[in-house]
Order: sequence, then structure tokens, then C-alpha cells
Amino acid sequence: MSTFSHAAADSATMLRRNLRHALRYPSLSVGMMMMPILIMLLFAGVFGNALGEGVGGPAEGDYIGYVAPGIILMAIASGCMTTSVSVSLDMTEGIVDRFRTMAIARVSLLTGHVAGSMIQTLISTAVVIGVAVALGFRTHGGVLDWLAAIGLLVLLTFALTWVAVALGLLAKNPEGASNSPLIIQFLPFLGSAIVPPESMPGGVRWFAEYQPFTPIIETVRGLLVTSPDGRDAAISLAWCAGLAIGGYAYSKFLFNRKAPR
Amino acid sequence: MQGAGMSRQPAQTAIQAIGLRKAFGEKVVLGGIDLDVPRGTVFSLLGPNGAGKTTAVRILSTLIPADGGDVRIAGCDLVKDPDGVRRAISVTGQYSAVDGLLTGRENLILMADLHHLGKAEGRRAADELLARFDLVDAAGTMAATYSGGMRRRLDIAMTLIGAPRIIFLDEPTTGLDPRGRRTMWEIIRGLARNGVTIFLTTQYLEEADQLADKIAVLDGGRLVAEGTSDELKRLVSGGHVRLRFQDLAALDRAARTLGAATRDDDALALQVPSDGGVRSLRSLLARLEDASIEVGELSVHTPDLDDVFLALTGTAGTTGTTGTIKTAERDEVTSV
Repeated sequence: MSTFSHAAADSATMLRRNLRHALRYPSLSVGMMMMPILIMLLFAGVFGNALGEGVGGPAEGDYIGYVAPGIILMAIASGCMTTSVSVSLDMTEGIVDRFRTMAIARVSLLTGHVAGSMIQTLISTAVVIGVAVALGFRTHGGVLDWLAAIGLLVLLTFALTWVAVALGLLAKNPEGASNSPLIIQFLPFLGSAIVPPESMPGGVRWFAEYQPFTPIIETVRGLLVTSPDGRDAAISLAWCAGLAIGGYAYSKFLFNRKAPR
Repeated sequence: MQGAGMSRQPAQTAIQAIGLRKAFGEKVVLGGIDLDVPRGTVFSLLGPNGAGKTTAVRILSTLIPADGGDVRIAGCDLVKDPDGVRRAISVTGQYSAVDGLLTGRENLILMADLHHLGKAEGRRAADELLARFDLVDAAGTMAATYSGGMRRRLDIAMTLIGAPRIIFLDEPTTGLDPRGRRTMWEIIRGLARNGVTIFLTTQYLEEADQLADKIAVLDGGRLVAEGTSDELKRLVSGGHVRLRFQDLAALDRAARTLGAATRDDDALALQVPSDGGVRSLRSLLARLEDASIEVGELSVHTPDLDDVFLALTGTAGTTGTTGTIKTAERDEVTSV
């Protein structure tokens, strides 16, 4: 077998291992799904009437239409936490040392985590979309719009998962690993997820307009609810590519450097 | 396939290290040690906690880089061809390296998959090892629920997947009860019988004595002695006779009569250097009888590895070592 097919086979083995972990220890995965669902119930179901008046624009009065794309992104961000925790847990286990003494593709441990996390995150995101639809989320997007939106969400998941792997490797223990991704989870609030940035005070507004989640939320919202904006889409793709490359490179650096116990 | 003639014999040395050095910051953990482990033998690196045993294993098993020294394992250079080394070795570390969320059988199949054994062959190997290590009943339960002994056995079983030629065992019996320890010894002996080279670290002298063809004593980052257990025992001068008395007065008089002896007032005992032979015992007893001293109890001690270990690594009692042995300087003893 060639080096590449070895690496692919080893990554598949590691992926099976991670999916088994998720099935054996489901509380992490369930937890990551519950957070965005509860936020959606809170904002759409409880605050929705008041907030719907305030969002303005084409979505005025249709608050679930405004908030759902933002919450979908929160579901993806929330998935990061489990990735960081499971990577960090793995690093504290003796079995990683065993893997390091074997003639296997080194990166397969990380690619196995990334693939496993992406599958879990995409499943939970699909559930969150389902809940949004059940709460009255209706789109005007066609098949192509949906495909474009899903493509962007998958790309974002890929990018954030690599960032989360790096955070997991960076953390000293699993408790620490569960804290650092909170920042990522919190970012959509300071973007256009819940209310438009135009309604925010000066400094926060500036931050909200330029942080990575806002153009992505706007692109998904544009594709599914209002009308797409090419500029937002281009900025979104640039952010995703940058985060993915940065996360991957930093993860690889940390994994190779990480002084084993 | 058979090669033409005997011109290219495989190297007879499984593990060879020259001048292996490692320091963590200011702490020198390995101060330039030489190792030479022939193929198919059991080599034991013996030393107290913090002597640098685990560091040595971690370097030899490609986990951490050395600061200096040349190492060849199974003919492969440790630095230039780490994957070649990894293909030949398998490691059971001091800390359990099983996946707690997988069952025993899944752990073994995971290893088989990473060795690219193929589905059928991997399952066959897993089931065979489960049977061999008495884990059939627990094969379907998560390893997290296993007892310490079961975890260790699973750990070793995972190490054996892929039929490694060289196995590193870092303190394989630490934390096991006496029965578990004996089981582990049997496993190690079985591996040695099958021609596997074993590099074993331990802090138990008995273990090294029981298992190893060759023992090296590591202390303060240096090899302070090396040889078979018999050779090491010869390094400490003779044994001793231990005499116990009824009261302090008898002990006093005996100590005066015999001169060169070590007193233990609490135990009312006296340790007299002796080769343990009949003649010297008879003369010892005659001297005591002449002085009308009543001996309560007498026991003869031949030197064991404990004496060697204490003599070589202890702060006190290093007088028993011969001139060829470098005694370690205590201030160099570092913890890993």
C-alpha cells in the first residue's frame, strides 16, 4: 500500500474509534445539541414577538426567519467544544503514546477527530434546522440556494473543527479545553445572529460588523430568507479558508511539539 | 526467501546505544549510558524511582528525542529512521495505554487495524490473544470497567498484535497484586521463549533476578553496574551471619568478643561478616561458647540482589562495592 492509502486507512480506523466514543459517551454530543435548541426556543419562542419588531428590514415581523440562520451557526460553534474536549481527553490518555510508537500515519489521529467531529456537528446542525422548521422557519431559497448554504456551513464546520483541535491540543486538561471554545460559541451573539449590528452601541457594532460570523450569518440568511449578497459570500469563504488553514497548521505544529508526559 | 549464502546475516544486536544522554533543563536524567541487548534476550534496566528508566524507554521507543548518543534498534537508526524502529518495536508504558471507552476486543481490533492486518486476520489475532490472556469473559465489556490486572493484561495483549520482535515493558508489574505479578512473569517468560527481545524496566530486584538474562543498574543517570544476576551478586563482598540474643547484656558481651560486627540494639541482633561456610560458622560459635555467651537465634545470609542494589544505589553501605564500580553521586539523582 502507498503512504497515502495507509494514511487514509489509519484515518478511517481513528474515525471509527471516535464515532464509537461518541456512541458510548453521548452526553457530550447531546449537550452540544441542546444549547442551540434552547437558545432558539428562548429567542424565537419567548422573546420573538418583541425582537421581531426591532430587527427591521425584510425580516421584520418574521423573527424566526431572522434568528434561525444565526442559531444554526451557533450549533456549529457549539460542536467545537466537544471536539476540543475529546482531543484534550485523548492527549491525557496513555493510548496516544502507544499510537506514537507505532508506524502509523501521525496525522491520522487528528484527521480521525476532525472527521468524527464533523459528522457529529453536521448531524446536530441538521436537528437544529429541523427544530427551526418546526418553530415556523420558512425559506424562500431554492435547491441551489440550499446547496450553497449547506456547502458554506460544511466549510465553516471544517474550519472551526480544526481551530477546535488546536484549542484542544493547547489546553492543559479537558476542563481547560471546555472553556476556551466558549469564546467561539459566544461570538455569534456579538454578530448579527440575534439582532442587527446596526442596533448596537459604537465599539460593539464595529466588532460585530467585522468579526467572521457576521458575513457568514448574512450569507446564509441571504441565501435562505432574504436575498444573497456576493460580497458577504466572498468574505465568508475567505474567513473559512483562513481559519481552516490556520487551525490545521497550528494543530499540526502543536501535535508534533507537544511534550508527551 | 533464502538469500544466497550466509553473507548477509541479520544483526545480532537488537538494541544498541552508545553515549545516550538526556537532560530536562538543568536536570541530567541520562548522563551518557551504553546499552547492548542481543537479540532474543531479556534485558532488565533496574533502578530506584527517578533513576531515569522511563526516560530511557521513552527515548528508545521514539517518543522523545535524546540530547546525544547513537542508538540503533533492529538495525535502524533511531534518529534517521524512526518508522523503521517503530515497525520492529512495541511498547507497554508505565501508564495504561488502553482505550477505556472501547471493549477489550475492540481495543485489540483497533491495534490490528493500525497494523493493517486485514479484517479476518485481525479478528483472529484479537480472539487468540483474548483467550491467551484470560480475557474472553470480559471481551465485550468496556476496558474502563476492568480491574488493574485485567487492564495490564489487555495492555500487553495490545502490545503483541503485529508480532513485534522487540518489546519494551516499562515497570509492567507496578501496581499488580502478587498473583497478577506472577501471571505477568509467566507472560514475559513465554515471550522470551518465543525469541522476542525484551527490554524490561523494574524497581524490583526479584523481578530482574527472575526474568532477565542481563541486568543493568541505573542510578542518578548512570549505569553503576551491569551483568548477569550472579555476576552482580559477586560484586558485593560476602554475606553475613545474623545472631540474636536474649538480652542487651549478652549482645554487649558478644559485640566485645567478636569485634567487627554491626549492632542492632532494637532487635538485640548482631551482624557478623561471614562467607556462610561450615568452618567459619563453627569457629564463630566456638568463640561465643568460650566466652559463655548464649545465642538465641542464628541465621546465615548469602548476598542477594537487594544487597547489590543497596550497595550500588544507597547512600550508605557503598563500602561493599569493588573498585570497578562507579558509585553514583547522590546530588545527581533526578526525578523524571
